[in-house]
Amino acid sequence: MASNAASLASNSTPLATKAASFRRQHRIGRAVIYGSLFFMAAFYLMPLWVMITTSVKHLDEIYAGSFIGLPQQISFDAWRTAWSEACNGTACKGLKPYFINSLLLTIPAVIMSTGIGAINGYVITKWRFPGSNVIFGLLLFGCFLPFQAVILPMAQTLGILGLAGSLPGLVLVHTVYGIAFTTLFFRNYFVSIPDELVRAAKIDGAGFIRIFVSIMLPAALPIIVVSCIWQFTQIWNDYLFGASFTAGENAPITVALNNIVNVSMGRKEYNVDMAAAMIAALPTLFVYVVAGRYFVRGLTAGAVKG
Amino acid sequence: MSTLEIDRARKLYGELEVLKEVSISIGTGDFLVLLGPSGCGKSTLLNMIAGLEEISGGEIRIAGKVVNDLSPKDRDIAMVFQSYALYPTMTVRQNIEFGMKIRRVSQAERDKAVKTAADLLQMTHLLDRKPSQLSGGQRQRVAMGRAIVRQPKLFLFDEPLSNLDAKLRVDMRTEIKRLHARLGTTIVYVTHDQIEAMTLATRVAVMKDGVVQHLDDPQSVYDRPANVYVAKFVGSPSMNIIPARLEVEDGRPVAAIDIPGAATARLSGISLSSQAAAKYAGRSILVGIRPELFSVAGEQASQALTVNIDVVEPTGPDTLALFQAGGVEVTARVPPRAVAARTSATLAVDTGKIVLFDADNEQRID
Repeated sequence: MASNAASLASNSTPLATKAASFRRQHRIGRAVIYGSLFFMAAFYLMPLWVMITTSVKHLDEIYAGSFIGLPQQISFDAWRTAWSEACNGTACKGLKPYFINSLLLTIPAVIMSTGIGAINGYVITKWRFPGSNVIFGLLLFGCFLPFQAVILPMAQTLGILGLAGSLPGLVLVHTVYGIAFTTLFFRNYFVSIPDELVRAAKIDGAGFIRIFVSIMLPAALPIIVVSCIWQFTQIWNDYLFGASFTAGENAPITVALNNIVNVSMGRKEYNVDMAAAMIAALPTLFVYVVAGRYFVRGLTAGAVKG
Repeated sequence: MSTLEIDRARKLYGELEVLKEVSISIGTGDFLVLLGPSGCGKSTLLNMIAGLEEISGGEIRIAGKVVNDLSPKDRDIAMVFQSYALYPTMTVRQNIEFGMKIRRVSQAERDKAVKTAADLLQMTHLLDRKPSQLSGGQRQRVAMGRAIVRQPKLFLFDEPLSNLDAKLRVDMRTEIKRLHARLGTTIVYVTHDQIEAMTLATRVAVMKDGVVQHLDDPQSVYDRPANVYVAKFVGSPSMNIIPARLEVEDGRPVAAIDIPGAATARLSGISLSSQAAAKYAGRSILVGIRPELFSVAGEQASQALTVNIDVVEPTGPDTLALFQAGGVEVTARVPPRAVAARTSATLAVDTGKIVLFDADNEQRID
């Protein structure tokens, strides 16, 4: 016993120093990790910083050369100008009417593409029919179709439907283009819901629509959120379809932003440009902040345990 | 009242025939168990009764009415699934009510039916919970409650206990049996567990490769299995199938079994018709002996095998003794400590209960 205790005591000193050196290394490692994370975050946020500070500066101050520094005097005049007065080449009404255009375009397109995607996913997983896998494969193909490839045929179609240059036409384009993605989301989600649930509902007497509305949709809340965020971001931020299929008054905010930034009479108003860009980006930011946690949860959601 | 007749029912998936002219008929209040390994077609048959799978040929009649072309909801059935299939976003009460709501049953009647079912299954306190807040046994109970409120002509159970742990499985088994006794509804129950079949059924249909091998009451299936497959599938440990030779001595059949390192055992007192005895005399046969038909006997005992015990496996209430006979390993169920490993023992056989099978087609010889 005594010899044991002695050997323990003699061992304890090197052990303690080992532990201390390990702790020190650990602390240095942490510092390196946090330091580099902080640096990368700062680097990534730099443009936003420049945008925010520039948008609240006076134009004189910007032209005086202060680019990164804090504004000497905070003023929201540029924001007001961007919202309601900025000129885009044809009129000087600011972004407001185009912001409303984008809302009128995005909301129905998000709802319709998500709704159709949900029904598609439901049919493909729970009401399989001969060839349903082929149809799903073709729909997947739509995810990889570049925007540019569909512009001409789409323009022709819109012309035939009499929707060329109008907001409803653009709603249709985004709905159709979005179905591929939303179907993929819902199909992958519904495939994890056991088929026995549908069988049980059939025996309970529920039909196609009843099962969809009462059982599938309530269980699909996380993926509905994912689909809405995805579609909202895609459609709100789209420029190419907006520029191709609308004109003038009917343009979405991205097109209007481009016009405002590119039109300059006299001095270029950087502060207004920055404010306008941020106004255009706010709704997607808002959607992420409000529903972002559902986004992650929905993307990682596994089997539904019932 | 609520009989079930399956008349030459077939199921084809393209060229593949998974059910081959299955015919089963049960009466009101019967508890039919479809027993077989996975892939034998038992679940397919159940789904065909439920209307979840189409019937490729033949007829299924519930209470005398052909249901081939009726949708599940019009067949007056209720079903309990292996995964319980509770609607995950609904409370227990909503789960149970769902079918009644679709059938537009009034609120008052719904409440009454839910209360009756909840009392019966002792789950009144669970009614406002979601399925995710329930244990396996509780979910099972809710699934049964959902079936009960339907008051169907026919209950269908698709392996309802296989997701439960061993202890709970035994409890729920008793509960299902009690429920059947109380409600008296005709039940069709699918399982691969032969003990569930033995304990629950009034009729067992043992299935293999889409064919019913044996349809009878459980004790008859156990005592006189129709063929070697059924003999081995039902009972644990399973029936010993020992190659032997049939001889006729003084007009009585005798089964001769070779024992390595000992005299050939000659078992008489076998129940066999004289025609069969004449037909199989001098030929190879298979002798089916349940482990519990062996008993430890004195060396002079008649109808006995003197064997060398290889291994003993105590199970508590009794001990399994393993030895070689007729070129196969044989298991005997004997009292604890009655025999020891690597010793010689004389085991008497209750020959009146042994079963003989044809060595070629493995069907029972009567």
